[in-house]
Amino acid sequence: MMLSPENLQAIWLTLRLATTATALLLLIGTPLAWWLARTHSWLRGPIAAIVALPLVLPPTVLGFYLLLAFAPAGPIGQLTGALGLGSLAFTFEGLVIGSILFSLPFVVQPIQNSFHAMGDGPLEVAATFGAGPWRRFFTVAIPLARPGIISGSILGFAHTVGEFGVVLMIGGNIPGETRVVSVQIYEQVEALQFGQAHWLAGTMVVFSFLVLLVVYGSLGRRAIPGMRYGS
Amino acid sequence: MMAQPDGGRFHLDLDAEIPATGISCVFGSSGSGKTTLLRCLAGLDRPQSARIELGDEIWQDDSRFVPTHLRRIGYVFQDSSLLPHLSARRNLQYGRDSHTGGDDADIADAVALLGIGQLLDKHPRQLSGGERQRVALARALLSKPRLLLLDEPLSALDVARKQELLPYLQRLPEELDCPIVYVTHSPDEVARLADHVLVLDEGECVARGSVTELMASRRIPVNAAGESGVVLETNIAGHDPEWNLAEARFADGVMLIPDPGVATGGLVRLRILARDISLSHAVEAHSSILNRLPATVERIEDSPDTAMCMVHLRIGENTRLLSRVSRKSARRLELAPGSPIYAEIKSVAILQ
Repeated sequence: MMLSPENLQAIWLTLRLATTATALLLLIGTPLAWWLARTHSWLRGPIAAIVALPLVLPPTVLGFYLLLAFAPAGPIGQLTGALGLGSLAFTFEGLVIGSILFSLPFVVQPIQNSFHAMGDGPLEVAATFGAGPWRRFFTVAIPLARPGIISGSILGFAHTVGEFGVVLMIGGNIPGETRVVSVQIYEQVEALQFGQAHWLAGTMVVFSFLVLLVVYGSLGRRAIPGMRYGS
Repeated sequence: MMAQPDGGRFHLDLDAEIPATGISCVFGSSGSGKTTLLRCLAGLDRPQSARIELGDEIWQDDSRFVPTHLRRIGYVFQDSSLLPHLSARRNLQYGRDSHTGGDDADIADAVALLGIGQLLDKHPRQLSGGERQRVALARALLSKPRLLLLDEPLSALDVARKQELLPYLQRLPEELDCPIVYVTHSPDEVARLADHVLVLDEGECVARGSVTELMASRRIPVNAAGESGVVLETNIAGHDPEWNLAEARFADGVMLIPDPGVATGGLVRLRILARDISLSHAVEAHSSILNRLPATVERIEDSPDTAMCMVHLRIGENTRLLSRVSRKSARRLELAPGSPIYAEIKSVAILQ
């Protein structure tokens, strides 16, 4: 086996983190995107800006504040402490929360664009068909936003796999708990284990290429919001 | 129903009752507020202050607002009245578990009525404009609406598709026992479909009444002068099989028309264009004109800038006709309000 057990563990952890974060991102991001696409509230601007912050901030800034929040005296630390959970810093759960915040814009924006692009027409048609708000959301808005939801999922997953700065700040380097692939490669290079780093990095390149090949191949020429570059 | 300024964006101020049966046409130019009126009736727009009632049920007043999905309406939009991600069949079935979807027998009836059997497995984007509107009409019928709203359903279609869809629209009052509100800017559609007419201009109702009254009084403005004309409701009083003619009796006279294939006693709506009526004093014995009716001049619409003028005629008590003749002819015939004259009808169009 070319991949050492440590490397396999890092790959497994990374996939687990990306899958968990993507699932939660869809649960949180879809209603958020719906709200952003439809509201006339003055809060829309500020909330949209907050969602987009990770696009411009260095990951270390986000990681730094999360670390402070997770600390026993921090707001999240106090909450988890009161619930008897202990600090989230240097835990898998902490990484999930960090990943969600960090990848939020990559999931919300394509879905929001899809909701926006469908316009009011289909929803009004469904209303005249007798469908209430919930039914309109689940039987009209979600199916019509499918391209945006697919591209949001792919981008969110890929972005979580590629995350490094936030993980290093709040997750540290605990094998099997927070040592994801990107951190593992960094460790191996620091320790001059170039052979192992090669296998892991090469696996990442092939994996990423195959995922993108499947995505672009199966979608053909159909435009997917947020996934236009390179196609 | 009464709607007032809506968010300062649009002004709609009217107080109108819409008859419980038959097609009520809302006629007006673009920007007259007719689509806004329809959207308010549907609950798609919420005017700031309005009172909307259907029968004895209040849909909107100062304290209440019934949302669209609880109003049980049928709505046919100009285009795209279907859900784009569902096949025609799934569109017809959508909501069948709530109050609006049709069961299989209803669906079979509507499919047969509108001739859409071949289209059921296609998606809206695979259908032509006319086919989409037929599926949309079937969907509207299936929802057993308490109010059917049609927003210029023919405007996105070419002339041939319009002619194809009109018979289905004319049949609507037989199929549905509910008020039908039909928005249009086409005088031709008003002439063919309307039982009652409401003319909107800049958000206000400027005229309302039966189609025969409003067409004759020219309260329905017509863009091309050559298209002005009147609509007459007639009964078939007899047939002349030798010449394929039928006698059409109206309130104040009888006309011979090409046999429309309607049994004696049946209703036929005729449209007579102003340019198809010429005027004369004497009964000309040798002429190809079949219908020559004694009339009285009511008034003459005249402008010195044009060659033609519009003569408003009255036959008996209640029937009005329009005749478009040259100003020179009007002068030569010495036409004036009250003059007796013969209206020679060159052709009539049978609308239904």
